[in-house]
Amino acid sequence: MLKNMTDTIRGMLRELTGRDDFSGGAFNVRANGESSGRLSTDGIRIEPKPDGSGLDIHIAPGVKRDKVHIPVVITKSGIRETVYNDFHIGEGADVEIVAGCGIHNHGPQDSEHDGVHRFWLARGARVRYVEKHFGSGDGSGRRILNPGTEVYMDEGSVMEMEMVQIRGVDDTERTTTAELAANARLVVRERLMTHGRQRAISYYVVKMNGAGASADVVSRGVARDDSYQKFDAKLVGNAPCTGHTECDSIIMDNGKILAVPGLEANNVDAALVHEAAIGKIAGDQLVKLMTLGLTEQEAEEQIINGFLN
Amino acid sequence: MSILEMEHVGFKVPSEQGEREIIRDVNLALEPGRLVVVTGPNGGGKSTLARLIAGIAIPTAGRILLDGEDITGKSVTERARAGIGFAFQQPVRFKGIRVLDLLRLAAGKELSVSDACEYLSAVGLCARDYIHREVNASLSGGELKRIEIATVFARGVRLSIFDEPEAGIDLWSFQNLIRLFKEMRGNIPGGTIMIISHQERLMDIADEIVVMKDGGVDRHGPKDDILPGLAGSPLAIGGCCKNGQGRLTKC
Ligand SMILES: Nc1ncnc2c1ncn2[C@@H]1O[C@H](COP(=O)(O)OP(=O)(O)OP(=O)(O)O)[C@@H](O)[C@H]1O
Ligand SMILES: [Mg+2]
Repeated sequence: MLKNMTDTIRGMLRELTGRDDFSGGAFNVRANGESSGRLSTDGIRIEPKPDGSGLDIHIAPGVKRDKVHIPVVITKSGIRETVYNDFHIGEGADVEIVAGCGIHNHGPQDSEHDGVHRFWLARGARVRYVEKHFGSGDGSGRRILNPGTEVYMDEGSVMEMEMVQIRGVDDTERTTTAELAANARLVVRERLMTHGRQRAISYYVVKMNGAGASADVVSRGVARDDSYQKFDAKLVGNAPCTGHTECDSIIMDNGKILAVPGLEANNVDAALVHEAAIGKIAGDQLVKLMTLGLTEQEAEEQIINGFLN
Repeated sequence: MSILEMEHVGFKVPSEQGEREIIRDVNLALEPGRLVVVTGPNGGGKSTLARLIAGIAIPTAGRILLDGEDITGKSVTERARAGIGFAFQQPVRFKGIRVLDLLRLAAGKELSVSDACEYLSAVGLCARDYIHREVNASLSGGELKRIEIATVFARGVRLSIFDEPEAGIDLWSFQNLIRLFKEMRGNIPGGTIMIISHQERLMDIADEIVVMKDGGVDRHGPKDDILPGLAGSPLAIGGCCKNGQGRLTKC
């Protein structure tokens, strides 16, 4: 049973994770600055850090297809917190980690959650990491999220990260760094929509230090109204490796997007590619959907939903 | 009453010399329940004519009537809802929109997966393999073209326009396509199909043939009157084409 639940919190948990009951698996639910409930399992041990700054999450070697939920919800105006969660993923473990943060701010003060997640993947470990961010509430206080993610990948480990921010977050600065040993593989899929006067900045630095390492970092963004996005991804090849980054964006209204490619090859066998495309919705896409009977606004919505799908 | 009437329709675009007339004084009436093939040389104005009917381009002269109602000032959306379907010569790709999504938008309702599959099978695509694929750059030209045809088929409207449906489609599927057009005509009572094509075998199933040339209607009449004069002539395949050595020849 979760403590201090309200309908708003339950709704936000469902939006973040698709559920509001986590029994049956490992989880920690954090609401308004404190833990509402926590459960460890045989394979996944969740422990609060002694200084109260966050959690240590230990995933046992060899765990197969397990899942852990660690959603964060804020519904009080004026909360500002920084939380450190460290994930230790054992050799050969295979786990899905569902994180994410929702801020409902109906008051005048800013609410802010800065989550620092650090991952240590042992040899051959596989992680699928899913992180959703959104904001709601009609208060004048801003909803601010500044996630920091550090990933340390041992030989042959695989990390897939899916990061989504669709609406309601006024200001976000995301920093993701990764270091890859031999044959490690990192896949990042970021989807971002900003509107109003929102600002979203994403920095990546991915260092491929071992032979056969590979990274694929892809961001899809839509900037509407007066919003601003910056995608700054740097790949560093220090060994024979392959790296690809892509920023694919749609701008609307007075939206602004800055894509900063960064490739650094320090080894003759490092193959690095960067792609970026920014533009408005193609006119022929709108026209095609209109010939199916959609209005221009409906067509726009379908194209954007598909793009961010 | 005609399904579609074009009265003195003209279309001019600005050019370096001032203006260029792409469609000139077109008068054309399409009757219910007919299959009409529009043919003619490349650049003759066939696609532009279709775009004018669909509302993608607006005539600079004349009127267009659908079921007797003037639609010249109506938008693409309004015309689509009034019963005009249009398969593009060059279909559009969408990142993230799946074939199933597109078919649902075309049908205008929550199409079941098995209904959607039927439309794909009708254009010769193994439905299971395609239904969840994105309509993006990963589809081949021929696959995309067939999906485009399936969306218009799924709309089931009274006036369906296909711009060169045979382009990029292999021979085996082509037989299928002919069967599909015949079937479509039978399925929608009073429905009219307009196919822009250079293919004699498509002209062969037509009730009427329209020949467009230099932006105007050159000839229009029953197939049996028009086709004999076209067969084997350069018009039937359109101007000239490349021979094996890459030289331009009449063919
Ligand atoms: N918006 C435009 N601006 C300038 N020229 C145009 C425009 N639209 C069409 N044209 C020109 O008008 C002519 C007719 O084009 P259209 O695409 O209608 O020909 P078509 O008969 O469909 O040819 P094809 O058999 O090659 O498909 C062409 O010369 C084309 O370049
Ligand atoms: Mg054409």
